[in-house]
Order: sequence, then C-alpha cells, then structure tokens
Amino acid sequence: MTDTTIPPGATVHERGSASLQPSPPVHRRRRTHVRATAGSGRMAALLVSPTILVLTVVVLYPTLMALHESLYGPKGLDPSTGFIRTREPFVGLHNYADIFGVAGQRFWNAFWNTTFFTVVTVGLETVIGVAMALIMHQAFRGRALVRAGILVPWAVPTAISGLLWRWIFNSHGIANAILGRQILWATEGFHAKVAVIVAEVWKTAPFIGLLVLAGLQVIPKEVHEAARIDGAGALRRFWHVTLPLVKPALLVAVLFRCLDALRMFDLPYILVGAQKNSVETLSMLAQNEASNVRFGPASAYAVILFLYVLLIALAFVRLLGTDLVAARDGRKTSRRRLRDVLAPRRTEVAA
Amino acid sequence: MKTRTTRALQCAATLAAAGLLLTACGSNGGSDAGKPAGSTSFEGRGPITYVAGKDTSGVVQKVIDRWNMLHPKEKVTFVQLPTDADSQRQQMIQNAETKSDAYTVLSLDVVWTSEFAAHQWIDRLPEQRFPLRNMLKPVVETAKYRGGLYAVPASSDGGLLYYRTDLLKKAGITKSPATWSQMTADCAKVKRLPEAKGMSCYAGQFQKYEGLTVNFAESVDSAGGVVTDASGKPDVDTAGARKGLDFLVGAVKDGTIPKEAITYQEEDGRQAFESGKLIFLRNWPYMYALAEKSKLAGKFAVAPLPGLNGPGSSSLGGHNLALSSSARNKATALDFMKFFSSQDSASTFLKDASLAPPYAKSYDDASLVKQYPYLPVLKQSILHAVPRPRVVQYGDATSAIQQEAYAALTGAKSSAQALKDLQSALQKSTAQ
Repeated sequence: MTDTTIPPGATVHERGSASLQPSPPVHRRRRTHVRATAGSGRMAALLVSPTILVLTVVVLYPTLMALHESLYGPKGLDPSTGFIRTREPFVGLHNYADIFGVAGQRFWNAFWNTTFFTVVTVGLETVIGVAMALIMHQAFRGRALVRAGILVPWAVPTAISGLLWRWIFNSHGIANAILGRQILWATEGFHAKVAVIVAEVWKTAPFIGLLVLAGLQVIPKEVHEAARIDGAGALRRFWHVTLPLVKPALLVAVLFRCLDALRMFDLPYILVGAQKNSVETLSMLAQNEASNVRFGPASAYAVILFLYVLLIALAFVRLLGTDLVAARDGRKTSRRRLRDVLAPRRTEVAA
Repeated sequence: MKTRTTRALQCAATLAAAGLLLTACGSNGGSDAGKPAGSTSFEGRGPITYVAGKDTSGVVQKVIDRWNMLHPKEKVTFVQLPTDADSQRQQMIQNAETKSDAYTVLSLDVVWTSEFAAHQWIDRLPEQRFPLRNMLKPVVETAKYRGGLYAVPASSDGGLLYYRTDLLKKAGITKSPATWSQMTADCAKVKRLPEAKGMSCYAGQFQKYEGLTVNFAESVDSAGGVVTDASGKPDVDTAGARKGLDFLVGAVKDGTIPKEAITYQEEDGRQAFESGKLIFLRNWPYMYALAEKSKLAGKFAVAPLPGLNGPGSSSLGGHNLALSSSARNKATALDFMKFFSSQDSASTFLKDASLAPPYAKSYDDASLVKQYPYLPVLKQSILHAVPRPRVVQYGDATSAIQQEAYAALTGAKSSAQALKDLQSALQKSTAQ
C-alpha cells in the first residue's frame, strides 16, 4: 500500500517544500527510511505478538480442541456398575460418518433449515434494508425520528425480540387477530419457519439499512446531479448510479448477515422452541447434543458448521472480492487525486 | 517479513499442540470407573455452598440465614442459578466435569437424579441419616438410583385436575369425575348450559416440551400402561399405553381438547381456564393461589387426575438435594442437607413459596389445610404418582417422548406407530 502511494506523495511534498521552509528536511528523512530495517521488523513483530497470542488463545486453541473432541464418542454406561465410564472412546471419524447414515436425517434437516433461513432472510433483509436506507437518506422533517425508529429493532437483544414475537404469534396473539384466522405458529410446520423469518427480518434488516446508509452518504451529490441533467429517471439513477456506488458497503453487510444467519440459534429456540424439526438449525443441533453430554458429536456438528461458514465466506470473497478490492483501489485513487488537487491550493495559500 | 509470519505461525502451532497434549494428559487422569459406591467418607467441616435456581420468594435465603445463625463456623452461601431448568442443569454439569469444589449441595430436579448418579457427579448418601420413613414413598423413589440413595427430597409436586364447580353444580353434577369417560360426559352436560357457550372441555400441557412428557406419562400410567418398567427398561409399546395415548389423540380429534392446546404450556392453560374457556384443566398446585386472585375465585376446585377405569396417576415434580462429589466439607454438607430437608424447613417452604412438602404429616396439618385447601387432594395425587422415566439419558428419553407424542397428537402418526417408534427410540437411548 505504501509502495504505490510514495511517488505521487513525495512529489506533492517536494512541490510543497518550495514554500514551506522548515518542514521539508524532516519529511525527506522519513521517506528515505521507509524500508523496514531488521530492528523495526522486530519491533513490528513485538507489537503484533499480543494480538497473535490472544487470537491463538481465543480462536485457534478452541478450534483445534473442537476438532480433537469431535474424534471421540460419548462415554458409555457400564451395565455392571450402573456408572458411566470415565473415558470417552476414540472413534476417529465415526461422528462425521454418522451424518451419512441413518442418524444423519436430523443433521440434514438442520442443515437445510440453516441454509433455507440464510438464503430467505438475507434476501429479504437486503431488499428491505436498502429501501430503509433510501428512506433514511432522504431529507425531510422528522428524519432523525424515522432513523431512530428504524434502528430500534436492531438494538433489541435477539432473545428479547424472540419473546416479543412469541406473544405476537401466540394462538390468541395479534398476528392471528390481524389475519383473522387461527394459525398455531408455534407448532411444527411451514408456518413456524415463516414466524422465524418474519422476526429475523424485522430485527436485522435495519443492520443492512445502517451500513447501506453509510455507503449512501459518501456518494457525492454531483454524480446524481450529473445523471439527472443527462435525463436519467429515478429508477435508472438508482439502478445505474446509486446501486453500483453503494455496492461495496452492501456486499460487506450481506456477507456479515450471511455469516450471522448461518449460526442462527436464539431466535428459533425462543420463538418456536427447542427440538422442533421445522426450525432446528445446526447451532441448535450442536447445543442439543452438548446438553445431552455427547460432546463428540456436538463438536463434529460445530466443526461442520464452522467449515460451512468458512466456505461461504471464502466463496464470497472469491466471487465478489475482486469488486471489493477494486472499489478500495478506486477510493484510494480518488483520495490521491484529491490530494493532488489540494496540494497546489495549499501552496497558493502559503504563498 | 514472510519468514517472520511463518515463524509466528509455527510458534502458535507449537503452543496449540502443547495445549492439546496437556488436555490429553488431563483426560486420561480420571478416577476409576469401578469405584464402589457409598464409600465416600463424609469428612471436613467449614463453609459450603447451596446451589439452586433463582429464588423468587426469598425464602431460601431466610432458611439459610437460620442455619448460619446456628452454625457460624460452617456458613452456607447461596449460589443462585438462572430460572430456566436447562441452564441450571448445564451449569451443574460444567461444575462437575471440571471437578470444581465451587458447588457443594445441589438442588436437583427430580428427573436428573439418575443422570447425575450414573456420572458419579453426586455422592451416594447414607440412608439412615435422613427421616425417609416420614416422607411420601413415591417422592423418596425419585431420589434413588439402582437402589441407592443419591439425594434427599426437599420439595415435591403433583398434577391436579382443576374444574369449574359453578358450572358442574348448575348442570346437576355433584362429584368431580374419576374417569375420563365421566369427565367427557360431564362436559357434555355442562356444555348444554347457556353460560358454557364456546367452552372447551379439557386441556393440559401439550406443547412440545417437558410438559408434554409429563402429560403423556400421566395418560399412559392412568390407563394401566408404563413408559419404563420397574427395572428401568422401556415397555411402552403395549395395549395399556396405547389406551392412554388414544385418549389424548381422540380428545384432540373430537374437540374435547381444543386445537390450540397443542401450543399450551402451564401459563397458557391457566390463562385459558381463568378466562372461562375451559371446564377442566390439568395443572400444578402453584396455580391455585393465582386462580383464587382471578375472577374465578370461589368458582373452582381441585380433584385428583382422572384415569381410564378409576383415578389416574400423576407425574412427579419437585426438587431433591444432592451432594456434589467434587465438593469439600462434606460433613457440614450432610448436616445442612438434613436441616434443609427437615419438616420445619419444608413447612417454611410451603408457607412462603407454596412448595409441596415431602412429609406425609404436613398434608394432614389442620392449620395448613385451612390455608391451602388443595393439600389433601395433592397428597392423594402424590401417593398415586408414578415418577417420570428414571433413565440415565433422560434428555434423550424425554425428547423421544415429546417427538412421538407430538406426532400422534397432531395426527402425523397413528398412536400405534408412534408408540412403536417410541419404544425403539427409548431402547436405543437406554442401551448407550
């Protein structure tokens, strides 16, 4: 990063040095020592080491432990003494192989539920979130109130929103009163999925809205004005100007949401209940196994979820990463251009 | 720069590998499985802890304070866990798995006894130290595992049939129903009254959670079946069990139980009963005081649960005191358990928190009965009660029961198929 910016930056300062007498020698000296010496490299390693240590302790170690644990089976009951054996038997990859056997039915159900929830909720959240951002971006009276109102669901803890929606989806709740039919939302069936999706979208669409709003605010007004002068309608301006420019922010938001939705746990757990096949996700399955003191299979499920999330994240970066990188480059060049523009002006002022 | 990062990575990997090795050693160093039970020497005196779910009434601290006054050198600290039973169990298991001495005396839900005993998370207790003979027999049974005493009953709970006395009287019925067919016949009579328009006959707890296991087991037991036999083996694919499940399934189908009852937990049922939607409701004694404060005050009464051919049997609730095997100061702990489960303490718990006492005598105490009119009925309920399946893998057993009973109630499976599948699921989980 520094390598690419040095030449233009240096020229700017050199150009500036003509008028700003005291500072240039200092600047020039710093520039000449920009290459890392052995000493500064050691210093950098020293400064980074606490972070690496913390990451090792809180990320790497638990991951390796989970991998290790997933190779062990549950402790068995010794029928002669009536006590559980104290050692977990080593079963190798048996816990993983089980997924493809008879017992795998529950796993695959959870796997598809997780995938289904992720695709549907993130899809809906993206559309609604962008709409929210566009509304929040408009200048109108009471905008602050609307912004605060839209962001409230995001501020509510998931567990609390689960409780709130459980009341709404109660058999005598307001959802049934509005629909005029008695749907038993908390029972097994597709309606339970719908309940979870509604509550999840309500809660997290504002998150996408917030990030997209941040993206919208850095789009210069001139671009929109230029498009308007060129005769582009509102829809075309949105499609060809706004959307491409907020895309980097939107992609980051969608990536975050995907990773978050893949490990969904508390909302279905509280809203519909544990061990309901229609809404059981991978996280819920792993938790259920762990709570029944079967840490081996629980770890295996957790590891699979981890790999799944990792795969999605990598795919995201691979497929769309070029866009992210390109966008960052674009911003960098524009900043450089801005500096080029500003530098002569500064000399003028100094002169 | 590159070599530096790889070196850092190598360092990290070595660290992690060292960590793995350490833990591998740690897990090998467990105690022997074949250690004879009951060999614990209850030694050591000093401060201990009492671990239970959140105490909303404040009575637990009151009783502990009384102990602390009498035993200033052996003070008990109350460790409060969350209200939710699952998280209480999880924290207790965590404490046991790490062999921590932070928890001494544990307040266990009655259904956890077998699991905690089989894992040797709790110690076998000397029976002669506790007045078990004065306690109700089914309650003491919940504290046993393979014939050994692993806990002391502190409080109990049994199901009651709440019914609308005003409506039954108007319909000319003088006695509460003893059988299911009497109950449905009574309902038919009551429903002819103009006041009973739109009411449903009966409900319990049929949401897919622990309450469904309770209600399913009660129906099976009340029809002469069993979920697990005397030796703890599952035996649910029988004609008796089927009659029990058929009652529930048939009642949902013909509207005796309202459709929405499939979403009911205790509180939903209470609200439906109190707002006049139900004639009969199965619930726990805690509801009595609350219903007395509702608009139904004086218009309801309780009776033992009905069954197929006579009075039914309830499932048992309540809590037992157990001693964590990794704890210190076990001599103090035993004394405290005796104190905490004494009849005096049990009366305090009844008065302050409406917890049903394990002692037979408390139910015949005239002053208590005046204050809690449901006590004689509750005594009958507990005396005829059958504990929920006492199996080591209770978590698996209860989720299998919920799964199959729910499938039968919603009509996804026939009751015969559900019981057959339940039998094989229970066999699998008890064979582990």
